Amino acid sequence: MIEWFTWVQVAVAVAAGILCLVLGFAGRVPSDLTNGALVLVELLLVVQLVVALLAPAFGNQPTGSVLEFYTYLVGALLLPPAAVFWALLERSRWSTVVLGVAALAVAVMVYRMLQIWTVQQA
Amino acid sequence: MTDVRSARPETHRGRRMSGIGRVLVAVYGVLALAAVGRSFVQIATKFDEAPLAYSLSALAAVVYVVATIALVRSGRGWYRIAWATLIFEFTGVIVIGTLSIVDPDLFPHDTVWSWFGRGYLFIPLVLPVLGMWWLAKHRPLAAAAAAPAAEGRDAGADAA
Repeated sequence: MIEWFTWVQVAVAVAAGILCLVLGFAGRVPSDLTNGALVLVELLLVVQLVVALLAPAFGNQPTGSVLEFYTYLVGALLLPPAAVFWALLERSRWSTVVLGVAALAVAVMVYRMLQIWTVQQA
Repeated sequence: MTDVRSARPETHRGRRMSGIGRVLVAVYGVLALAAVGRSFVQIATKFDEAPLAYSLSALAAVVYVVATIALVRSGRGWYRIAWATLIFEFTGVIVIGTLSIVDPDLFPHDTVWSWFGRGYLFIPLVLPVLGMWWLAKHRPLAAAAAAPAAEGRDAGADAA
């Protein structure tokens, strides 16, 4: 796990989450901007998955439970597609709020993943 | 999923997942995912340490999944299931939450409900209440076409 990249990822997910929540509560239906923000969050997760798969080969070992780490990562990977799928299905302001909830949940999960990888003693 | 579109014109009547209800369901979905993930890890790696707590975690996780599904589905059957799961969750978080504070030795390992769901931002404590409020306001009307009066009465009985 690359620490600075993970922090960037958390920041992007939080920003996307706040953006979607604000626009959602302001009454906007899901747009290219809000859906795109979630796509960006998903792309970063895919990069994180690749990094996590390759890192041990370069001597970057997780200190915590590998199983727990990947449970979070797989769970996080599922969230943005589910939220975007739902946003496409029903175009209402609340779907935008759902996008925000999903992005913030991803942010929390990525932060937990960082803890598991770097500081947790399992 | 096809009936989602067809039900759209009567979103306010037939389906509980429309509008702000979607946010509720989405948060429920995330909580269900978190509970399933955690419970999976606990059971896969250290079930022997606390079989009771981890079995409870697994049960709670399954109930969250059922609750999420029940909130989305329409019809009286799912409405009842939604009530049952929400009451179960609320009872769980109150009982286990209280026990974990009064007698921490009983639950040395964290469950979703320990300390009223502290590890999950107290979402497990708040969500069933919101869910029950939501259910009470959105009684099933989808099957009401045949016998609206009877349906309304039954739904009222369910809620009470």
